[in-house]
Amino acid sequence: MEWETVIGLEIHTQLATTSKIFSGASTTYGAEPNTQACAVDLGLPGVLPVLNAEVVRMAAKFGLATHSTVAKRSVFDRKNYFYPDLPKGYQISQLALPIVHDGYLDIDLEDGVTKRIGITRAHLEEDAGKSLHESFQGMTGIDLNRAGTPLLEIVSEPELRSAREAVAYMRKIHSLVRYLDISDGNMQEGSFRCDANVSVRPIGQEEFGTRAEIKNISCFSFVEQAINLEVERQIMLIESGGTVVQETRLFDPDKHETRPMRSKEEANDYRYFPDPDLLPVEIDDDFIEAVRNTLPELPDTRKARFVSEHGLSDYDAGVLTASRELADYFEAVVEASGGQGKLSANWVMGELSGALNKSDCEVKDSPVTAAALGAMLQRIEDGTISGKIAKQVFEAMWNGEGSADEIIEQQGLKQISDSSAIEGIIREVLDNNPKQIEQYRGGQEKLFGFFVGQVMKATQGKANPKQVNELLRKLLDS
Amino acid sequence: MHQKTLVELSADLQKGSLSSEELTRACLERISKYDAELNSFVTVVDQQALAAAQAADARIKAGKAGPLTGIPFAHKDIFCTRGVKTSCGSRMLDNFIAPYDATVTQKLLEAGAVMVGKTNMDEFAMGSSNETSFYGPVKNPWDATTVPGGSSGGSAAAVAARLVPASTGTDTGGSIRQPAALCGITGIKPTYGRVSRYGMIAFASSLDQGGAFTRSAEDAAVMLGAMAGFDERDSTSVDRPVDDYMAGLNAPLQGLKIGLPKEYFGEGLDAGVAAAIEAALDEYRKLGATIVDITLPNTHLSVPAYYVVAPAECSSNLSRFDGVRFGYRASEPKDLEDLYTRSRGEGFGDEVKRRILVGAYALSAGYYDAYYLKAQKVRRLIRDDFLRAFEQVDVIMGPTAPSVAFKLGEKADDPVSMYLSDIYTIAVNLAGLPAMSIPAGFSDGLPVGLHVVGNYFEEGRLLNVGHQYQQATDWHTHAPQGF
Repeated sequence: MEWETVIGLEIHTQLATTSKIFSGASTTYGAEPNTQACAVDLGLPGVLPVLNAEVVRMAAKFGLATHSTVAKRSVFDRKNYFYPDLPKGYQISQLALPIVHDGYLDIDLEDGVTKRIGITRAHLEEDAGKSLHESFQGMTGIDLNRAGTPLLEIVSEPELRSAREAVAYMRKIHSLVRYLDISDGNMQEGSFRCDANVSVRPIGQEEFGTRAEIKNISCFSFVEQAINLEVERQIMLIESGGTVVQETRLFDPDKHETRPMRSKEEANDYRYFPDPDLLPVEIDDDFIEAVRNTLPELPDTRKARFVSEHGLSDYDAGVLTASRELADYFEAVVEASGGQGKLSANWVMGELSGALNKSDCEVKDSPVTAAALGAMLQRIEDGTISGKIAKQVFEAMWNGEGSADEIIEQQGLKQISDSSAIEGIIREVLDNNPKQIEQYRGGQEKLFGFFVGQVMKATQGKANPKQVNELLRKLLDS
Repeated sequence: MHQKTLVELSADLQKGSLSSEELTRACLERISKYDAELNSFVTVVDQQALAAAQAADARIKAGKAGPLTGIPFAHKDIFCTRGVKTSCGSRMLDNFIAPYDATVTQKLLEAGAVMVGKTNMDEFAMGSSNETSFYGPVKNPWDATTVPGGSSGGSAAAVAARLVPASTGTDTGGSIRQPAALCGITGIKPTYGRVSRYGMIAFASSLDQGGAFTRSAEDAAVMLGAMAGFDERDSTSVDRPVDDYMAGLNAPLQGLKIGLPKEYFGEGLDAGVAAAIEAALDEYRKLGATIVDITLPNTHLSVPAYYVVAPAECSSNLSRFDGVRFGYRASEPKDLEDLYTRSRGEGFGDEVKRRILVGAYALSAGYYDAYYLKAQKVRRLIRDDFLRAFEQVDVIMGPTAPSVAFKLGEKADDPVSMYLSDIYTIAVNLAGLPAMSIPAGFSDGLPVGLHVVGNYFEEGRLLNVGHQYQQATDWHTHAPQGF
């Protein structure tokens, strides 16, 4: 039987506020355990939550950027369950009336097709603390620094049809929250993670199959692996006569499997009810318009502009707008290079991205600034250096040896564009290789490249390649 | 000295004929003399109180005193007090030293009031007799075989026994007004949102409200004036200025319209209590008020609605007491489940457990709509009843409690009968209105409380109505024998 995969994602993204959602404690990551948890975060008797207005603005930004309804009235509810890293015994979340609902996001698939994915809702909630099982023999340590960190939980419609689509959607959301400057999206620190609801059904069947929820997946490649493994498991189970049970599962990347997290007997009844300590969040049109005015250019708009303004391909524009930092960098390079859109794109996506990857470095921390790279591209454009030498210059710039001009000057990399000088070198090369000339003239035309190589070798790559080609052809063919 | 009201003592302090230190010592002496029997205090802070009294005396000398500067008072043990045990009447918090001050604590501290100790109460404010306290029952100073009412039983008994001129309380379903009635003193619960709940350990968040016990309405005006006000740390506190409660006390009652709900004078009301209330109404007629018969048709739904909403909220509010971060922890738990079940099983008393179970049930999947949601709808009906009534009348009066103080143990094993002792007070919390109980005579030698309910934020009118009555009568000056 042919099977269709049905996936819905719940993405939890930490909002980049300086203080927590219901208290004034700092949200900075990585502090000593329990040093960033105030009385409210600890859930001490008598304390009360007060909503951080910044999270409402951030959620509204997300709502507007995803064509969603930003609710004029939303309500915080209590989700009740016991866990040691949940200080109050309930999590403040939003159930019936979330702040954002009914939107969508367009994702680009590999075959060039654009697919629209519905966003059911996005609601505000507080993060829990962390249970630390290592380094406490036979005991569990509790770190409440993270407790009360604001989260936006973004729930998609079950409209994703493969692990790859799920990853494309997650990447797009990741890019968007960073564009909007509402989350740092740092997956290592857990600022961006997701739960995947996965089910399968025979192709053509309308009814959904029973779903399993894979909890807390923290990187893109794990999302893809986890979904594929789960789909495989479900299909095998059904085909061998079993049935999928609705449950939460954990992805184990080491064992390469998903496995049940808790049994059904322990299934929680969260006893949701509106939090009586908080008033409903009420916002008006003026507020929404004010937020709309703070929206940056969004990835889709920017991508279209890169195509029309800089003459880039759809693909290149897509890569360059995938993150706001990269797109900003690219545009700064274009400006510094005197408007070299295509050349800038090639360099940013080629040498720069390669160097960043190799040294595991973020574009914002690149040792070669956009202005410096743009200045170097000008030297290619004006013929001072060749594209090949430019790679050498770039590497020196990456290593902090100075600006493009300084490096060209110090290392004598200026391109040789003097025809007579080049001609002299060519003649020397030809004199030293009489046998190859004979072969070339006898019809082995691919030896042309050999002569070019010899000339470039003799000039340490500095000869203007265009001139070398022209002169060499003239001399060989004469 | 101990027979003087707060306002009289304040005048003496200002004049210099009395020092706060002398007054505080006198209070501490009375506590040590009487409280072994009454059991109204959980904690007495002699040294801290004397130091605060000396500071108050300096402040008075410096001419920077307010009306509460140097006045000894007691906090219900539900308000967090930095560095002082805050037990909430529970074994669960017997070891809990609050690391911060409640907003009310802070405000009274800033006013220069001298806290002498923390008073006994029903466990987590759940009870109407002060018998559910981990620290044992409080005795009613009028008759040591009877209860003082609850849940703020210790605060009421301490003021009635003249151990302190004033105390704080909290009222979720009548926990200030019912003990004030049973102990023959004045107790006021303001409008929901008037007094900050920050640092006041929550029982039922949408109903809890702090207030005060005193021996006169005038004294209550002073206390409430210091406690009330917007607090940005409590999202449900209301951002509006606090009225000058003292300024309105002397307005004449000529033309005042008093609503009398027929539902409050039916079955279950003790005849002696009814007679005292009738007499009080006559007094108001003499003061120029007119009595208007009104109806609050949904009154009969208030106790059932309350016993869904309050337990539901409490079941969630009390989840934080899990033995992990503070409070009671069972010894040698074998795993997490055991830590939770034994810490909570051993730390909470029966009434608290009963309400947590009822509340968890009311909120559980499949029952939420039938119970919690329905109860919230009933709340709106009850609120609408009152709003309709206030279109006709200025205040609503009736008995605070259906009977005078009952015997210790009399209702301890009959929760429903205990719950019915709050039948007149509960609707007010469901609606969030301000209300007050003032002494209005006696039945069988025990005090009767007159319940006065006002419209939203009309605490000033309640105090005025109480004060005028207390100018014309002397019920509020009667002290229990021996005190």
